[in-house]
Amino acid sequence: MRQVAIYGKGGIGKSTTTQNLNAGLGEMGKKIMSVGCDPTADSTRLILGGLAQETVLDTLREEGEDIDLEQVLREGFQSIRCVESGGPEPGVGCAGRGIITSINLLERLGAYTEDLDYVFYDVLGDVVCGGFAMPIREGKAQEIYIVCSGEMMALYAANNISKGIRKYANTGGVRLGGLICNSRNVDGEADLVSSVAKELGTQMIYFVPRDNMVQRAEIHKQTVIQYDPESSQAAEYRNLAQRIDGNDMFVIPKPLTQDRLENLLMEHGLI
Amino acid sequence: MAEVKNEILAKYKAKVFKGRKDHILEVDRSKEQVIAANARAIPGIMTNRGCCYAGCKGVVLGPLKDTLVLTHGPIGCGFYSWGTRRNKARSGPDGSNYVQYCFSTDMQEPDIVFGGDKKLKKAIEEGYAIFKPKRIMICSTCPVGLIGDDIHAVAAWAESEFGITCVAFSCEGYKGVSQSAGHHIANNGLMKRIIGTDDSDYPARYKVNLLGEYNIGGDGWETERILKKIGYSVVAVFTGDGALSDIARSHKADLNLVQCHRSINYVAEMMKSAFGTNWLKVNFIGLKAIAQTLRNIAEFFGESQVKERTEEVLEEEMAAISGDLGYYRERLSGRKAAIFVGGSRSHHYQDLLRDFGVTTVLAGYEFGHRDDYEGRRVIPDIKEDADSKNIENLVIDKDIRYRAILSPERAEELRATIGLENYEGMIKDMEDGTYVVDDLNHYETEAFVKFLKPDIFFSGIKDKYVIQKAGVLSRQLHSYDYSGPYSGFRGSLIFGQDLTMGLYAPAWKLIKAPWAAREGGEPLAPKGGEEDHA
Repeated sequence: MRQVAIYGKGGIGKSTTTQNLNAGLGEMGKKIMSVGCDPTADSTRLILGGLAQETVLDTLREEGEDIDLEQVLREGFQSIRCVESGGPEPGVGCAGRGIITSINLLERLGAYTEDLDYVFYDVLGDVVCGGFAMPIREGKAQEIYIVCSGEMMALYAANNISKGIRKYANTGGVRLGGLICNSRNVDGEADLVSSVAKELGTQMIYFVPRDNMVQRAEIHKQTVIQYDPESSQAAEYRNLAQRIDGNDMFVIPKPLTQDRLENLLMEHGLI
Repeated sequence: MAEVKNEILAKYKAKVFKGRKDHILEVDRSKEQVIAANARAIPGIMTNRGCCYAGCKGVVLGPLKDTLVLTHGPIGCGFYSWGTRRNKARSGPDGSNYVQYCFSTDMQEPDIVFGGDKKLKKAIEEGYAIFKPKRIMICSTCPVGLIGDDIHAVAAWAESEFGITCVAFSCEGYKGVSQSAGHHIANNGLMKRIIGTDDSDYPARYKVNLLGEYNIGGDGWETERILKKIGYSVVAVFTGDGALSDIARSHKADLNLVQCHRSINYVAEMMKSAFGTNWLKVNFIGLKAIAQTLRNIAEFFGESQVKERTEEVLEEEMAAISGDLGYYRERLSGRKAAIFVGGSRSHHYQDLLRDFGVTTVLAGYEFGHRDDYEGRRVIPDIKEDADSKNIENLVIDKDIRYRAILSPERAEELRATIGLENYEGMIKDMEDGTYVVDDLNHYETEAFVKFLKPDIFFSGIKDKYVIQKAGVLSRQLHSYDYSGPYSGFRGSLIFGQDLTMGLYAPAWKLIKAPWAAREGGEPLAPKGGEEDHA
């Protein structure tokens, strides 16, 4: 079982990319569980066709400790098992603690079955506190992919996340598998992301081109692979799935200094 | 003697050495001595300190008898601060007495994840339904600050919902360096929301408030008995057996008597700024100290009738105890004591020990500031650090009810004669060659016991048994070990009796260490147990 966590700057397309990637892996016959680690609980919407799902934490709050796995786990497209951690409304409580609680509970409920090939964690934004680092602590996720683009703030976030990975790499054994570039049509984007990846000691594992097909599929609450399997974007996501499935480059990242990162951006004419 | 300090510090690694060396000093009154205080305890050192919540809820707010004090947090903080300080209280005129109770929101994991304000509201609803309190004080624990529950908004809601007074205190345990931060936060809350809110007439003469008296073991009752006997009216006690209904009109008093300087000097200073209320540092622990205190108070009011009555009472009270006093003094005289307690007692009890002929060889504060050691004159020189800046320092404007009962000349005179609005600190009352140690830790406690060989070590529950296992009597000066009161004239005798019982207990002869006997060596013999009780 490969446990994979997807991080990246807020709004960069983590959930969309993760779900399309999951759909691609699903098509390949892989058994997948996808765990949404975002309080907004919308990380599995495209797989489940927009089905509203009881989150782990809501169920925990309402039912107490006496929960069955069936209450919080739903199967969607390609029999992908979907769980949403859930969390507090914005501005109250502790979402980070929520993720810890939720993953611990999933373990106790026996969600991590032997037949699974992949468990994906789709984590909100940056590694802002211990809670959001949960999937990379205590040996849960072994590999991380960072979704980014050629935009400065996205790369800045990727570098920050790498610091978090490096921190847990020695104790938890977690490794960085690569950067996934979710293109924003920035000039020289692929080159820039590749250079940053190289400096981090990793790779740009795939360049996902920008295509409005993604938005159309999203409006229909589906992944691209389900909505329009023949489209070129569907092929891109299948390729991404192939690359991830065949990836054997796992590194402890070497985060860049702020100066170095800015120099790189300058070299590629971004600043 | 200087080698004692060096020898103790020698065990420390460079960084700890640097952190501790300025917290220990050998008294030399020919110099202006400076001590480091109110600084972070060094991680890994076994400090006796408590936390901000302990200072706010445990010390200052906990003793209020007409107030439901609600701990917002997981159950431990509430439970372990329940009844542990022995602050006694009798039911007030309205029959309420909340001191025996412990109220907590008992936060669970979902409350941490989703926010605990809903549970806090529910707890207030429940508490109100059962007890119908007129006042609720909410005290925050650490997780509440971490997840950011808006307890102040909940307090405002409770006030409009139930028409009560509800004040929230952001006294999360991690704030500041010790419980001292919590005292300040509690003082601020009382000043902002309670003091001066009841303007009804208070027709009495010689009105005083008793500040920093928490009625441990009934201390406050003995103090009040004496004050009333002379003819003073005690408007409010902060906060032992105290009531917020009294504190609400405490601005009616003519004089604030400050017993525990550390925990309540903020209120004394703020009331001076707002209402013009003068304050006087007092000490009702120790017979000479009480006499001096009572004469100072009489001098403040300045009327011959008060002064005469004071002398009468002093004579009467002393006559009543002199026989027993001599008995205990005979048995205690010549002993050596070490004292390590909070922020003022370590000073107060030296006076009482001196009455019994006991010298204090070591004294220290858990959470005192430099002014508690060196006197208030150093306050302008105290450097604020990040920890102290974190605690709100209220700027108090003159209230329209401000009244100065002393002429400026008379106030100036009293500053010189009775130390009005001043506290000169502990060090000046100690002998040369004795030790002052701030934030004493367990290692240093053991080391000082070894080097200074005190007969009695006054401290708290955290180190009492370590000390006694070394063969030295230890009495708790936080809780009085189920005894007390120790204040006033009558309390002095109880103190003398407890010490005599402790030192002459046959138990000390029985603590021979098995290995010491086997090796034929001398057992650890306490000095206290050597002589026979006559």
